[in-house]
Amino acid sequence: MIATIDIVILVFLAVIAVAIVRLRSLFAVVMLASIYSLLMALMFVVLDAVDVAFTEAAVGAGISTVLMLGTLAMTGGQEKVPLRPPLLPLVIVVATGAVLIFGVSDLPAFGDANAPAHTYVAPRYLGESEVEIGIPNVVTSVLASYRGYDTLGEVTVIFTAGIGVMLLLLPRGTVGSAARRRRHGIGAASQPETHALADKAEPDPPQ
Amino acid sequence: MRNHLIPRVMTKLLVPAILLFALYVQFHGDFGPGGGFQAGVIFASGFILYGLIFGADMMRRVITPRKVTFFIAAGLLLYAGVGLVSIVLGGNYLDYGVFAEDFAAGQRLGIMLVELGVGITVAAVMIKVFNLFMVRMDR
Repeated sequence: MIATIDIVILVFLAVIAVAIVRLRSLFAVVMLASIYSLLMALMFVVLDAVDVAFTEAAVGAGISTVLMLGTLAMTGGQEKVPLRPPLLPLVIVVATGAVLIFGVSDLPAFGDANAPAHTYVAPRYLGESEVEIGIPNVVTSVLASYRGYDTLGEVTVIFTAGIGVMLLLLPRGTVGSAARRRRHGIGAASQPETHALADKAEPDPPQ
Repeated sequence: MRNHLIPRVMTKLLVPAILLFALYVQFHGDFGPGGGFQAGVIFASGFILYGLIFGADMMRRVITPRKVTFFIAAGLLLYAGVGLVSIVLGGNYLDYGVFAEDFAAGQRLGIMLVELGVGITVAAVMIKVFNLFMVRMDR
């Protein structure tokens, strides 16, 4: 039963991947990428990784699709036809794929109890985390407690990414303090046009 | 989108349910699948749906860009602050065991707080990015 589900999902994933490469309509590509993420989430459920499936469904199929559609609304929805056949990218992709497939042959078999991942700290987490931490979801206790530093790092990455997007997309003249903006001759005082935009982007609305 | 009746009504019905579900995922992450990351994204998607249907101006009335920026930093500071508090109470950085008499109870409290920090930052960043896109599109 599980094998049938696996095969159906994998066939769909392959078909969608080929369709994404061949299509020129970026709107269709974004929608297919969203479906791809949803199928990956199903795959993770089949593999019993429900936390990962949850993240994939929420982030991959949900938010990133919305942000991609937002980008399309700004840039246009048709991929340009390349002037010459993309031979170099093709070579790079084929070579990388070959290396990855070669690497897979070295991985331990799926579900192998003697795999390094299952013999190091995993037995302790699985066996004792419920007593030690007191919560039944091992994923949460690993993420937030045993590997608390890593998660702090991940949140910092998201924070930094958010700041980066703000710096790129905030209208000119709304970044930095008012004094600094005056010194560099941008924003409120010298450019009324930017000021109107700045008003639109940042200040609180009248209540 | 503003003039379409059905999306407007459906959004008004859906947004509270989405936000409630996000809170469930946030605080139920200890017992089932979920946690701060997923909850933050779901919470933000409630706001984004509202923004898509009612426009950037109405969304700005719900939560001002300044407050969103504040929450981006607040979540991360909450997480890092929990670590500092555990040092002050005599443990290692991010060692939640010192928060309560019982080691496991302290761990539960610490995990709840840091997951909340994760959720706040993730939700605020997602809302901020979407907001910036909307401002860009309006031009």
